[in-house]
Amino acid sequence: MFQTFNINHVGFLLQCASWTVVLSVIALIGGGLGGVAIALMRLSRFAWLRWIAQAYIYVIQGTPLLVILFIAYFGIANLGYDLPAIYAAGIGFALYGSAFLGEIWRGAIQSISKGQWEAAFVLALGWRHTMTDIIVPQALRVAIPPTVGFTVQVVKNTALASIVGFVELTRAGQIVSSATFQPLQVYLTVAAIYFVICSVLSYTSRRLERRLQLTTN
Amino acid sequence: MGYLDFSGTFARSDLFVHGVLLTLALSVAALVLGMCVGVIGALMRLSGSKVMSSIAAAYVEIIRNTPFLVQIYIVYFGLPSVGIRISEMTAAILSLTLYAGAYVTEIVRAGIQTIGKGQREAARTLGMSPYLTFRYVVLVPAISAIFPALTSQFVLIMLASSVVSVISVPELTGVANDIQGLTFRSLEAYLVVAALYLALTAAFKGAFAAFDRILFSFRYAGR
Repeated sequence: MFQTFNINHVGFLLQCASWTVVLSVIALIGGGLGGVAIALMRLSRFAWLRWIAQAYIYVIQGTPLLVILFIAYFGIANLGYDLPAIYAAGIGFALYGSAFLGEIWRGAIQSISKGQWEAAFVLALGWRHTMTDIIVPQALRVAIPPTVGFTVQVVKNTALASIVGFVELTRAGQIVSSATFQPLQVYLTVAAIYFVICSVLSYTSRRLERRLQLTTN
Repeated sequence: MGYLDFSGTFARSDLFVHGVLLTLALSVAALVLGMCVGVIGALMRLSGSKVMSSIAAAYVEIIRNTPFLVQIYIVYFGLPSVGIRISEMTAAILSLTLYAGAYVTEIVRAGIQTIGKGQREAARTLGMSPYLTFRYVVLVPAISAIFPALTSQFVLIMLASSVVSVISVPELTGVANDIQGLTFRSLEAYLVVAALYLALTAAFKGAFAAFDRILFSFRYAGR
């Protein structure tokens, strides 16, 4: 009656791992857009914008991601919509990602010396061109390694989406585990797949850090 | 639809108190045990023995590159299938300790490496035993150097402890899971829990800043 854990199950896990990747990409795109907004608000001239952004970051970074996901999930239901789990997961991860990416990118922009701003001002460049032509190209070097590092957190944390019913790698592991009654083998395989994805990203982040550091000196 | 009704949720505030206490207990247990694992891990990393160092490095990499949720499943569902039976509470503490230990290993290692070799050599020359040298010349200054990183890691561990609710440990998030079953007001339960986590985070950040000034007052001397 029970199946033993076999190569077909591994195929199913890998297939569902692609949903882990999809959710990670959604999180990074949503979080990236929100992150730009948060970073710019944090650097704004207007105190009230800075406060809103700071409060947002404080709330998101001080609440467990799992609880944020539950709030997104039941929040959508409370508003009267009945949407697939990927919407709740996507919204939850975009909220989460924008707080962290916003902080990373704000730090990167602030790491560029004030002299660059002053030089651009003296050359009569407007805010927009100072940003796009002077500051952002330099800040990218600083920002890329920690951004890649953060994608590792995102990929790992998408496992939590399984709890609100989104079928990705971890949820697939639960399904296979209850069909085979071999949780150890199944979850070790699941962990191995995450490990491969995440260690490639971790390695890339470390390499980029070394390479981009060398070129700036 | 779209309205909020907190009356039923607030009526069960006793459950939230229990949840907060259990979350606190789990976080402190994870931190204390994780510190032990982390110090051992860091010593292994820096032991100079290739085998020890690789074991510690592999441990850190495996924990840091896999989801905490999957680690919990391996401990809670995986271990019994090879004959090791543990309660959900033990599983929660064990997986939180393994998780915290990996991050603490890296923090402590970085801290120890900030202590120059000359300091250790000087201490040895002055006749301090290897144990005394480690304790007073390496460990205490290293802890003062890593205190900020360690405390923010503690807050992250406290937030991560929410995940053990999936193996039905009745900590704060677990309480919300239970309350929504009683009141049928899910969103309200999780909003209250989110506010409680925020309060915990704020309280810990404040307390750690105060500890920092008291414990490592030498850092603030002359300011």
